[in-house]
Amino acid sequence: MIDRLDEFMRFQTEALKLRSTRQELLAGNVANADTPSYKAVDFDFGKALAAATTTKAGTPAPAPELLYREPAQASLDGNTVEMDAERAKFADNTVRYEAALKFLNAQLKTMLSALQG
Amino acid sequence: MSLFNIFDVASSAMAAQSERLNVTASNIANADSVAGPDGQAYRAKQVVFQAVPPDAGNGPAKVRVAGVVEDNAPGRRVFDPKHPLADGQGYVTMPNVSIVDEMVNMLSASRSYQSSVEVMNTAKSLLQKTLTLGS
Repeated sequence: MIDRLDEFMRFQTEALKLRSTRQELLAGNVANADTPSYKAVDFDFGKALAAATTTKAGTPAPAPELLYREPAQASLDGNTVEMDAERAKFADNTVRYEAALKFLNAQLKTMLSALQG
Repeated sequence: MSLFNIFDVASSAMAAQSERLNVTASNIANADSVAGPDGQAYRAKQVVFQAVPPDAGNGPAKVRVAGVVEDNAPGRRVFDPKHPLADGQGYVTMPNVSIVDEMVNMLSASRSYQSSVEVMNTAKSLLQKTLTLGS
């Protein structure tokens, strides 16, 4: 019974986990905006979510593969953080994290009302 | 919970940027200090930022100040024969501080600091929303 509940909420749980990992990476990029030679990192969210939701239930999801960002305007000191792009992605990820949270909350409420009748 | 890590990362950036602001303040304050404790004109100082790789696996990198280096550029020479520190030809060596560079540094540090504060606030509100999950 419990594993069915787990399975029911797995997608949104994995999405929420990946969103928080991505949020952390983007925060690292913003923090290193002035560090010479720092290379901005990110991962392909779609691929990572597909990998996380297709693993067998009960096994931990694989860590997302980190990719370096291709800068639109490279800076002279070798830093590839573009503050505007990074901030935009950070704000985007924040909203999507909140969305995943809302969906998960709704699923919980659905289950709760089914259990309580 | 990886969102908690954001506090560490953002605060490392804030500490580094505030040190940069501190060094900038010292440079601007001493832009006209022709004699320091060693009798020489003040030399501009610059911080060197370094990314700290995560302890395990791949994660976000924190920032730290690897060191404060002195600018080796020659000091500005001003002709002022009446100055007590003037040399044989009547020139005084002024600090090699560039006020324009320092103002740019100050603005850049302050903006980066603000960005980190915003990142931290976002992480905080996300965590608070996560805490109310299921209620």
